[in-house]
Amino acid sequence: MANDEVASRAAVSPRTRPGRRADAARHVDKDRLTLDWYQDKIVQVVVFLGGISAIVFIIGIFLFITREGFSFVVEKLEITEFFTSIRWQPTSEHRPTYNILAMIAGTASVTGLAMVVAIPFSLGAAIYISEFARGKTREALKVLVELLAAIPSVVWGFIGLSLMNPLIIELFDVPVGLNVLNAGIILGLMAAPIMTSIAEDALKAVPDGYREAAEAMGATRWQVVVKVVLPAARNGLLAAVLLGVGRGFGETMAVLMATGHSINIPDSIFDSVRALTATIAAELGETAVGSDHYQALFTIGIFLFVVTFTINLLADLVVRGVRKG
Amino acid sequence: MFQATKRDVRNKNVEFLWRLLFLTMTVLLVLPVLIILATLIVKGGPAISLGFLFLEPTNGMTEGGIFPALVGTLWLVAVALLISVPLGVAAALYLSEYAPDNWLTRVINLAIINLAGVPSIVHALFGVGAFVLFFGFGTSILAASLTLAVMTLPVVIVTTRESLLAVPRAFREACWSMGATRWQTIRRVVLPNAVSGILTGVILEVSRTAGETAPIMLTGAVFFLPFLPQGIFDQTMALSLHLFVISTQVPNVPEHLPYGVALVLIAMVLMLNAASIGFRVYLRGRKKW
Repeated sequence: MANDEVASRAAVSPRTRPGRRADAARHVDKDRLTLDWYQDKIVQVVVFLGGISAIVFIIGIFLFITREGFSFVVEKLEITEFFTSIRWQPTSEHRPTYNILAMIAGTASVTGLAMVVAIPFSLGAAIYISEFARGKTREALKVLVELLAAIPSVVWGFIGLSLMNPLIIELFDVPVGLNVLNAGIILGLMAAPIMTSIAEDALKAVPDGYREAAEAMGATRWQVVVKVVLPAARNGLLAAVLLGVGRGFGETMAVLMATGHSINIPDSIFDSVRALTATIAAELGETAVGSDHYQALFTIGIFLFVVTFTINLLADLVVRGVRKG
Repeated sequence: MFQATKRDVRNKNVEFLWRLLFLTMTVLLVLPVLIILATLIVKGGPAISLGFLFLEPTNGMTEGGIFPALVGTLWLVAVALLISVPLGVAAALYLSEYAPDNWLTRVINLAIINLAGVPSIVHALFGVGAFVLFFGFGTSILAASLTLAVMTLPVVIVTTRESLLAVPRAFREACWSMGATRWQTIRRVVLPNAVSGILTGVILEVSRTAGETAPIMLTGAVFFLPFLPQGIFDQTMALSLHLFVISTQVPNVPEHLPYGVALVLIAMVLMLNAASIGFRVYLRGRKKW
């Protein structure tokens, strides 16, 4: 129907008026002023607005969390102390203090352990799926990994709480099972599927010609993997690890439930810790809007935003490097 | 004539060992999760009944069912979808059909990646600062769903863009050459061919949205409500938050209850995902080009 209209419009000779004949461009514009033309333009604008929405939201997130924490950051925050003192005592009656070193240590130790767990397994699994598995096995493994990535974080937290906790207490004979080890393993299991799929994508992006050339020279599959595929996919694999780190850093519910949530610089993996994200989740609901405590929590949010933003940017640059190289 | 040299034999053995190692790693990656699933089914299975699904929690949440939480999750997901799907599809249309290869497009792509990478609790803070306080929606379904919508927007954009790009360019060119405008081409040729792919992405988004906890616990979901939400400005219970609450905040909950909630939640999410994957495989088999 609309197409017919277009066709009929094209058949009609352009409307012309003597005075405008010289201005060819405007004359064409005039000719196009039909309903379809307007519809097209309106859609173009709407779609463009949708397109820039992601930018708007990212800027919005930064502006709104900065707005809520702004006066605290400007007036009361001592940057050095904020990052180097472990004293987070928001409810102290004499002198409440808001410093986050202990939480940084908590987040870092849990994320670090998670990466120790996740990196070998996810890279190993990615290599197996991409280079060794064939046909149905490969499809099945990919689907399984995708399903693993879908398990909600609160379920992981619950698993840490109810399955891992008694298991750790029994196995290692420690009084509390909610600690760095517990959260690290949980977080590792959470991050591994995502890292596996990104790493697998990176391996898949290596052209088959590379593999065939190496095999033609008599290399075994394993030699192809080590000498050809891995070096070629290096940047993509690095990006997978970076994104895994970012994911671990920003995870909230699972670490809230599995770390033990106590302010502490850990000496061993059996110490309870507290994560930056978990602190916000646990405390924001109980603070008065605009209070120092409330603003300090938003300040942590700003810090989290900046760090994850940097990690994502870095990962993107690394991947871009692989496309150019 | 071709006899394996010592070196060939060694290579073969090395190859076999490495292959075995990687296989083991893959199995070890998958195995714990299968064990966990089995445990959830064994321990949570007995809790599941019609009463569990369709009754309210009673006696300080130590007995009864999860009906208000289920309904709340449906509300949150539905409102979030109403917001994020049109927005996400528009963004994907722009990126696949209109966007020139310039700095703006690169910035948009970067923003999408970053939006997906921002921690969920930071999304929650954004929701509090923007929707709850600045726009004055209060802690409500609307504020929570808006937060969820912003958070899951990248999922919609990325999956939709992929299914749009999968429509061959020749389809568009044929349409343009008939004199159709861009929008006519999109509406009559591109979208009909991509709609099932978009649907797959939407199912995926539903599963993501249903499982999120941190963004809603500060913006609209509450621990316990004695009634069902009546509109988008009410607060609500939610399944994911309910699991957190009864496993950490409420004393003396019998063990099978949180297991039951976890089982319902994970079953919901995994079934949605499986549906999405199955749908995708089916479509791939059916594709004519």
